[in-house]
Amino acid sequence: MSVLVSKDSRIIVQGITGKEGSFHTEQMIEYGTPVVGGVTPKKGGQKHLDRPVFNTVANAVEQAGADTSVIFVPPPFAADAIMEAADAGIKVIVCITEGIPVQDMVKVYAYLQDRDCRLVGPNCPGVITPGEAKVGIMPGFIHNPGSIGIVSRSGTLTYEAVDQVTKAGLGQSTCIGIGGDPIVGTSTKEAVELLMNDPLTTGIVMIGEIGGGMEAEAANWIKAYGTKPVVGFIAGQTAPKGRKMGHAGAIIGGKDDTAAAKMKIMEACGIHVVKSPADIGQTMKLVLN
Amino acid sequence: MNLHEYQGKELLKKFGVAIQEGILATNVEEAEEAYKTLTGGAGGNVVVKAQIHAGGRGKGGGIKLSKSLEEASENASAILGMMLKTPQTPGGMEGPGKLVRKVLIAQDSYVPTFESCKEYYISILTDRESKRNVIIYSTEGGMNIEEVAEKTPHLVQKEFIDPTLGLQAFQLRKIAFNLNLTGDAFKGMTRFLFSLYTAFVKSDASLFEINPCLKTGDNRILAVDCKVTIDDNSLFRQKEIEAWRDLDEEDPIEVEAKNFGLNFVNLDGNVGCMVNGAGLAMATMDIIKLSGGEPANFLDVGGTADAERVEKAFRIILKDPKVKAILINIFGGIVRCDRVANGIVQAYQNIGDIEIPIIVRLQGTNAELAKEIIDKSGLEVQSAILLKEAAELVQKAIIV
Repeated sequence: MSVLVSKDSRIIVQGITGKEGSFHTEQMIEYGTPVVGGVTPKKGGQKHLDRPVFNTVANAVEQAGADTSVIFVPPPFAADAIMEAADAGIKVIVCITEGIPVQDMVKVYAYLQDRDCRLVGPNCPGVITPGEAKVGIMPGFIHNPGSIGIVSRSGTLTYEAVDQVTKAGLGQSTCIGIGGDPIVGTSTKEAVELLMNDPLTTGIVMIGEIGGGMEAEAANWIKAYGTKPVVGFIAGQTAPKGRKMGHAGAIIGGKDDTAAAKMKIMEACGIHVVKSPADIGQTMKLVLN
Repeated sequence: MNLHEYQGKELLKKFGVAIQEGILATNVEEAEEAYKTLTGGAGGNVVVKAQIHAGGRGKGGGIKLSKSLEEASENASAILGMMLKTPQTPGGMEGPGKLVRKVLIAQDSYVPTFESCKEYYISILTDRESKRNVIIYSTEGGMNIEEVAEKTPHLVQKEFIDPTLGLQAFQLRKIAFNLNLTGDAFKGMTRFLFSLYTAFVKSDASLFEINPCLKTGDNRILAVDCKVTIDDNSLFRQKEIEAWRDLDEEDPIEVEAKNFGLNFVNLDGNVGCMVNGAGLAMATMDIIKLSGGEPANFLDVGGTADAERVEKAFRIILKDPKVKAILINIFGGIVRCDRVANGIVQAYQNIGDIEIPIIVRLQGTNAELAKEIIDKSGLEVQSAILLKEAAELVQKAIIV
């Protein structure tokens, strides 16, 4: 079992013929991901990387049975691409694009509310179920099929956690990169909830960062409903207030969204919080024993 | 991206928001001309306001009421060129302050008397929790809103806006009622809020803070001050606003880094770092702190950590004389570690002598090969593969 993506997913790539889209589609296919096609407007009917290209997501759903989409469309057009996927009936939409205007995401989020789909991202590395499907830009080889679920707002920091979990002799059920923007489709709590309900997942690594209240929300949910051990880390313990640290969403606004405040509430909710990012893998191993 | 007060007001005015009128001046002569224009030769009050990107300007002497041409001239002369210290400039009131290059000569809006006016607080921002825009308002204008929220939370109210339908008439009325307004001022406030919200959405703002928003003695509603922040992600479609960027207000090293495509934030510590990815960069800063050092910067070199970028990143970090060691932390995924290692060696050789210890931690694709390249290069570089090892090396480097 796994969550969101698996070997049975039918995945399309929006922006498959672009530079980024092409490169990462190739990597996904090489990993063994079930990519069934791609979408680039006005290039429908062509083949790219031996996959059919469609003009619209609706065509890809009708003709290739797509149920999952990964988006590599540039920022000015990405919000539109997400809504197109939702409208066509795609169930899992993974948006990799970084730099989407916040007001666009306000509209997208509202648009998705009464539609039966889940958005992961934007500005995220994607979702991977090791050995089954790599839907995003993460390096496949560091992952190992197993039972640890990973939720993170970051890219390379997630890889670091994955690598440590793998080196600790464990593997991953599904790793969900929820994204570093202020408005993302799937919150930390929602991703944790998915993994908590996944029978195969035995432990969860939850990686947050400064800014916003998603980690506190997840921590409170875990305290109330959690059934599996959670190891947590918050990046940005040394970040100054009011400065954006790379990610659009990584900015300390008040006293509640500092790393210290988040770590405190996570600890109070029974999460095994590590101070050093170097201790994530070993701590998970200890906790499981 | 932050705007100056005068730019923010120009933006608001374009959308029909009533503002305290003013004229920008960069020297005393211009300030005197502005005084004459604003007062129509009849004499009277103006306010001389320093234009820097920081709040609390009044506390440091950056805002002066001036009752005559002579006073306006004197105040402009004193404020222009001063190093203005406010609680929000780097280092606060104890810091060096910020150089004032421009002043806004503004009308005195508190008419007919100061006592007959009333100040309100209004801001608009995007609420992360509800994923909606929200208008935050209070009868306690002119004060630090965080303090008001802490001490008297019932005096700070919020109105959330439906993203698909936009701001509705009942919401405008509700806010005006809650601010205890009546008559012309009530109407004026609903018009003010409607234009303000339109401006917020159309200019892709992430923050509008109107503090104070003023009700004059003759019941007009206008923005006396404004803090405007525009969403950086939207600048591709906000070209006019982007052209307002004032590089004088930004850290020159950060500007240089940005031109190289590096995401850099200058900090006060003694250990520089170069990392790929924002989350890992923050985590690396945390490691530096836990190892007994203080991070000197945040630096995300991005996905393509090639020799050119690595060299530029090196040069940027080395500009800071406080830096006693540099930690390079790259997790090679799509980018191969051996390439990054070659980049580091090449950059090092191009720069020549680097007198401080450099610790390189490369993990991921071809990490072992990368370590070999670094170790065999003959350069004064210490390499590590595990994050723990890197932390220990940083600790040693700082003690020596």
